[in-house]
Amino acid sequence: MMPMHIWLSTDGIIRQCGATVAKLFPDRELPGLLFFDCFLVRRPCDVGTVSGILDQQGEKLHLVVQNGRNTTLKAVAVPVDGGDGVLLDMSFGISVVDAIRDYDLTISDFAATDLAVEMLYLIEAKSAAMAESRKLNTRLQGAKVAAEEQAFSDTLTGLKNRRAMDHVLTHFVEAGEKFGLMQVDLDYFKRVNDTLGHAAGDLVLQAVAKVLLDETRKEDLVARIGGDEFVLIFHRMTDIDKLNEIAARIIRRLEEPIPYCGKPCLISASIGTTVSDGCQKITADKILMNADLALYASKDKGRACYTVFSEDLSSKGDEGDLREGSMSG
Amino acid sequence: MHGLINRSLECFLRDTYGNAVWQDVVSRANLPFERFEAMLDYDDGLIYAVLLAASDCLSKPRETLLEDLGTYLVSNPDNESLRRLLRFGGDTYMEFLHSLDDLNGRAKLALPELELPRMALYGGRDGNDFRLVCKGPPRGFGRVMRGVLRAMADDYGALVLLKDIDGEAGCEEIAITLIQSSFADGRDFRLAGPVGV
Repeated sequence: MMPMHIWLSTDGIIRQCGATVAKLFPDRELPGLLFFDCFLVRRPCDVGTVSGILDQQGEKLHLVVQNGRNTTLKAVAVPVDGGDGVLLDMSFGISVVDAIRDYDLTISDFAATDLAVEMLYLIEAKSAAMAESRKLNTRLQGAKVAAEEQAFSDTLTGLKNRRAMDHVLTHFVEAGEKFGLMQVDLDYFKRVNDTLGHAAGDLVLQAVAKVLLDETRKEDLVARIGGDEFVLIFHRMTDIDKLNEIAARIIRRLEEPIPYCGKPCLISASIGTTVSDGCQKITADKILMNADLALYASKDKGRACYTVFSEDLSSKGDEGDLREGSMSG
Repeated sequence: MHGLINRSLECFLRDTYGNAVWQDVVSRANLPFERFEAMLDYDDGLIYAVLLAASDCLSKPRETLLEDLGTYLVSNPDNESLRRLLRFGGDTYMEFLHSLDDLNGRAKLALPELELPRMALYGGRDGNDFRLVCKGPPRGFGRVMRGVLRAMADDYGALVLLKDIDGEAGCEEIAITLIQSSFADGRDFRLAGPVGV
């Protein structure tokens, strides 16, 4: 009936114990042994006699099984009628999971009213559900990373991203398309970020995106390829004068103050331009490198200006032959 | 419907009949994806579409598929956790049968969103004849329970006879005759779960 009970005589000798208590000491016959040799009463402390236990009548006792496994038990004590010792009713409490493994307990080792089996059930059921949830989370995380890798958009500005730009550029080169390519690098953007914070920086990038879209046609590609670096690809437009006009307009508009929390954000841009006439054997990488060289020529000239690539730039020789414009000079 | 039910049917079809059959079912049922997630919810219509498609594809009656699903849920090694949870119902098949009254509540403890039919077990006069009544959606769950009862009998090593009987509208009823409790050895079960659980 009570598989977890112990009946003690007044001198502390175990008279009788439940079947499950007996399993705690498989090699010893508990009846006849001194209770305090087999169980340590840890709470309340300093209880080492049956009368000490009786003083705690109705209180919760914490016991430790002295069998080398240190299993903890909860117990309550009641005196047996006629002064015939003490009856202890015990339970594993939270140690039930380990106890079941340590003593190979079965469902019938627990009283029908004991919730231990329900608790085990709940632990296993919740663990199984949690494992499924974790698997789902891992898959969703993987899907998110994959989606981001496959995306062609820059989430902050809504412009195309580096991946999209690489795709389009490679396609144009392989198809022998004519196009103009501009590399736009913001000037003084770091200053905005440092003095007004990243929120201001983000706002500026969004304003820049709008200007770039305004100043280009629908069929052109506008991509943000780095923090403050943009690439514009003008489909079938190789007219240097027209490209320079666009570059000048972009710089002028980007120099208009962008208000952020009542303060103006002041930036500008340096631009490097190159064109591909579609006939020459040139790689996408080389085109980007040429635009980059032109861009750095603009930076060298004191920023806020545009430069068109010419072979002279490759050798970093004299820049006299450059067709260039400067908004600040 | 709880994705656990959809996912169970998917795994049953995939593991039993192979991936090609599952692909066929996916396209016949017009599923917009190739796998169900156990921890998401799905429109109720989807599982019936899958069941119909599988029935067409395999030329097997839906009832047979559902009963086989119940057997699969208990006996497939991948579903060991479910078998264990059912074995928590008791030390003997008789105790397991009596625990079915609580199955709905136990399932809700683990997954509050999981809707299973209410189940009630009625004992016969001689103690060996029982009736299990499943009431409420999902439709056809009684068939799944038939498979579960059969597989759990093997698990406990008990010998039982199962028979469908006509029940009230909206109910599915199974007559269970427990012929012998320990007919065979049954499968090992220990309360202590696998390490790490």
